[in-house]
Amino acid sequence: MSKEYETVIGLEVHVELATKTKIFCSCSTAFGGAINAHTCPVCTGMPGSLPVLNKQVVEYAMAVGLATNCEITRYCKFDRKNYFYPDNPQNYQISQLYLPICRNGGIEIETEKGGKKTVGIHEIHMEEDAGKLVHDEDGDVSVVDFNRSGVPLIEIVSEPDMRSPEEVIAYLDKLRLMIQYLGASDCKLQEGSMRADVNLSVREAGAKEFGTRTEMKNLNSFRAIARAIENETNRQIDLIESGEKVIQETRRWDDSKAYSYAMRSKEDAQDYRYFPDPDLVPVSISDEWIESVRAKQPELPTEKLARYQSEYGLPEYDAQILTGTKKFADIFEAATEICKKPKKVSNWLMVETIRLLKENAMDAEDIRFSPGNLAKLIDLTDNGTVNSTVAKEVFEAVFKEDIDPEKYVEEKGLKTVHDAGALRETVETVMKNNPKSVEDYKNGKEKAIGFLVGQTMKAMKGKANPEMVNEILKKLLSK
Amino acid sequence: MSLTSLTAKELGIKIKEKEISVKEAVNDTLDAIEKKEGKVNSFVTVADRDALLKKAEKVQKKIGEGTLDGPLAGVPIAIKDNICTKGLLTTCSSKILEGFVPTYTAEAVKNLEDAGAIVIGKTNMDEFAMGSTTETSAYGATKNPWNLGHVPGGSSGGSCSGVAAEECICALGSDTGGSIRQPSAFCGVTGIKPTYGTVSRYGLIAYGSSLDQIGPVAKDVTDCALILETISSYDKKDSTSMKREDLDFTSALKDDVKGMKIGIPKDYFGEGLDREVSEAVKGAAKVLEEKGAVLEEFDLGLVEYAIPAYYVIACAEASSNLARFDGVKYGYRAKQYEGLHNMYKKSRSEGFGTEVKRRIMLGSFVLSSGYYDAYYLKALRTKALIKREFDKAFSKYDVILGPAAPSTAPKLGSSLDDPMKMYLGDIYTVSVNLAGLPGISLPCGMDGEGLPIGLQLIGDCFKEKDIIQAAYTYECTREYRHSPLSDVYQG
Amino acid sequence: MANRISDDTIEYVGILAKLELTPQEKERAKKDMGEMLDYIDKLNELDVSGVEPMSHVFPVNNVFREDIPTDNDGSKDALFNAPSVKNGGFEVPKTIG
Repeated sequence: MSKEYETVIGLEVHVELATKTKIFCSCSTAFGGAINAHTCPVCTGMPGSLPVLNKQVVEYAMAVGLATNCEITRYCKFDRKNYFYPDNPQNYQISQLYLPICRNGGIEIETEKGGKKTVGIHEIHMEEDAGKLVHDEDGDVSVVDFNRSGVPLIEIVSEPDMRSPEEVIAYLDKLRLMIQYLGASDCKLQEGSMRADVNLSVREAGAKEFGTRTEMKNLNSFRAIARAIENETNRQIDLIESGEKVIQETRRWDDSKAYSYAMRSKEDAQDYRYFPDPDLVPVSISDEWIESVRAKQPELPTEKLARYQSEYGLPEYDAQILTGTKKFADIFEAATEICKKPKKVSNWLMVETIRLLKENAMDAEDIRFSPGNLAKLIDLTDNGTVNSTVAKEVFEAVFKEDIDPEKYVEEKGLKTVHDAGALRETVETVMKNNPKSVEDYKNGKEKAIGFLVGQTMKAMKGKANPEMVNEILKKLLSK
Repeated sequence: MSLTSLTAKELGIKIKEKEISVKEAVNDTLDAIEKKEGKVNSFVTVADRDALLKKAEKVQKKIGEGTLDGPLAGVPIAIKDNICTKGLLTTCSSKILEGFVPTYTAEAVKNLEDAGAIVIGKTNMDEFAMGSTTETSAYGATKNPWNLGHVPGGSSGGSCSGVAAEECICALGSDTGGSIRQPSAFCGVTGIKPTYGTVSRYGLIAYGSSLDQIGPVAKDVTDCALILETISSYDKKDSTSMKREDLDFTSALKDDVKGMKIGIPKDYFGEGLDREVSEAVKGAAKVLEEKGAVLEEFDLGLVEYAIPAYYVIACAEASSNLARFDGVKYGYRAKQYEGLHNMYKKSRSEGFGTEVKRRIMLGSFVLSSGYYDAYYLKALRTKALIKREFDKAFSKYDVILGPAAPSTAPKLGSSLDDPMKMYLGDIYTVSVNLAGLPGISLPCGMDGEGLPIGLQLIGDCFKEKDIIQAAYTYECTREYRHSPLSDVYQG
Repeated sequence: MANRISDDTIEYVGILAKLELTPQEKERAKKDMGEMLDYIDKLNELDVSGVEPMSHVFPVNNVFREDIPTDNDGSKDALFNAPSVKNGGFEVPKTIG
């Protein structure tokens, strides 16, 4: 009979910071551009070039550290991590080993059983990204592009506190949202601006000691992470069950084949010979500096969630959805600021927006409409200029092309008809054409009125004021 | 007489007064190099004559217009081959940088060019500045102009021999453990290693980043002060560059040491010091005393620990600094290889010379897992202690006086087989780099074989002016001795 | 010689430093490194307990650059000295099999 096992997982998450320039030179971090265009002597490792630290990198790292309840290291340094690889122009990466900028933090996640737990953060350190290797399909060469070389990263190293793929995803989701709120990164896994390496070991349930861990790289989506965790858990259990040993190693995940392989090489000594970079001076962080970063800190998801419930009276579920992406929260707050109708704004986002996103296979980040136009539409509906059916039609246009609802309604002639005379005429025609329904109503089938209202609205091309139609119908039918 | 027998200051004045044109100065320097290079081999690269004459024309025009009126306007200068010069081959005297033409100019050279100086060529050196003889160059050894059977010292041997042979008037060198001061002493010229952070390292191809400084080599203290004043600047591109207000070094050219307190470390005159060197240096001290300085012998302490600490730190940094030479981005790539790592190994093994490989390996070892604390951290702690010793000394003295090297220039080929012996020759210079201090070396006599002896004056951090003033005062008491390769050699 | 450098150590250092030595060079390197380390062991005579390792001589902190791009196309300069260029990048032996 097989034993029970527990999976122990820690993450190393690399996040590309949203600075305009690289960490040690003034080259742009913008995506695109010709191969090697965003380079200079510093980020291509030219002899004699020297690094100078981008202050914004320190501030973003501090911001993430504060948001994840870390201690900020008052005196931190950069170290060189020495290894040869062609995407690394100096053949050392400037990183932080001995004195990382943040330590001993943690964030709370919700577990799949509905409970809460804290995932510890061991440290956050600043470092530079490597360039990109393009592999030539038909030849036996690779080509190096240094456009990404020197783009600032923070590496967030968690404690081995997670026990399941669900917890890992919850942790990553929380981290990502927090960093997006801070504006420190857009955290897109597919584009590589957020990358997670998984350290995983298994042990018999109840065991106190950790098992031997492996490090899994090349995980480009939440799906890949979940699959790799399951796969690696099983691989390690199989090894143990068959009496073999897990080897401490780095493995590379191939998502298309759903398996991983060891990245071992005789030339890979894994002895990085870290030492303080003599070309950079230490960073000394004062209380004042920490406070000024803290003061600039925007409201984070957890605080927002509470405020949406208390200040706007939104149900928890709605507040959770709205704060669940920065884009939703931004639109919600901006539109509410204009029209002062939080519940209505929330409703448009929760129902119509989510429906349209799903229909178009889009993410919240892809939303293009402006909060102002949503607010306008809400006002138009509220003051009766358009009825709710027409409003939905107008919203689709807002969603698609961010049109101005006022102009749109005017141009398309979608204003609701409030003219009692015109409505009465139409109602009379509808009654004449549907004697059966009129009869039914008079015989006590009150529901028949709905059909007559619908017919009237249809005749008015949806632009009638539905309450007035109702009223007029009732009056005429009771005669 | 060639114009290269003049000092930079003298030539600058003649150019300013239209007595000599910039073109003449350039042509004369190139002619001198052509005439003497076969004997001394001071240069790896000499700039193209036509290109230089065009530059000369431009500088001449600016001098005429009055937009260039500094003392170095129109003065040709040679640059050590580990300092990047845009468009001009820069090899660090290594095969691994063969054909490397920088796309940018080092800040120190830019400062010179802004002042109207003209870069005439790149001087030979020990490969990557690792060595004390300029014999480890991939482009052949440089010879000592005083005796062609001897080394010029190193690593800035080409800069010093070029000045001594009067192929050029002045030069830039670099000093990581004595690489300006020791060859200056061996060649009978003057060189300054400034306080760490005074001259930007941007564009200096690093050997030991925490120790490297660029500095001037010239015939006299005045020229050195003039050049140092020109190349020193706060540079935002170098994070270790210091903001200093007191860079007017020429203001210290005063013939006056009355009341100046000069400390003489007993440890600098112990075993291993050549008798003739000892006597010449003590004689110089006596001269300064006669000029009014107050001399005192003292125990500096920790002198013997400076070399081991230095070699650990410099080699560790070098092992990392030189990792970038891998055949991917510039320089030499092996012709035959199988796969990436073999390409790295072959390119580096074929591209680097023996001494460089020796230091890279030692540096990789002392940083490797399990040895970092025992070697690297211990060396950094020793460095802190050495700095304390100097702090103590400078609380009592304005200047420390001693020899620049334990002997005069050794014979060619006599040092290469015993690297340990060569390393021990750095005993009086390396601690200055470890403590970030300024030091100057200037001629103070000749040995029985007719080889120059150098006097070293060490100042406290940021106190270049103290050593310049003391050196200038001493220099005022004697005549400059031109080497046998100069046109005005008097025997 | 107190420090005996083994063949394995020299092999290992060769991997770290990406240097390939001939058998004669290896023997020489073992001897030289051993002698150097013997000499460096002199540092063990010193009591350095409680002394902070000094990486920088001067206590200068916080040298920063503002986050302002000065972007111009660096590709031409980057590749100017490259031994082997392909498709606008540095050509190297294939890194993934």
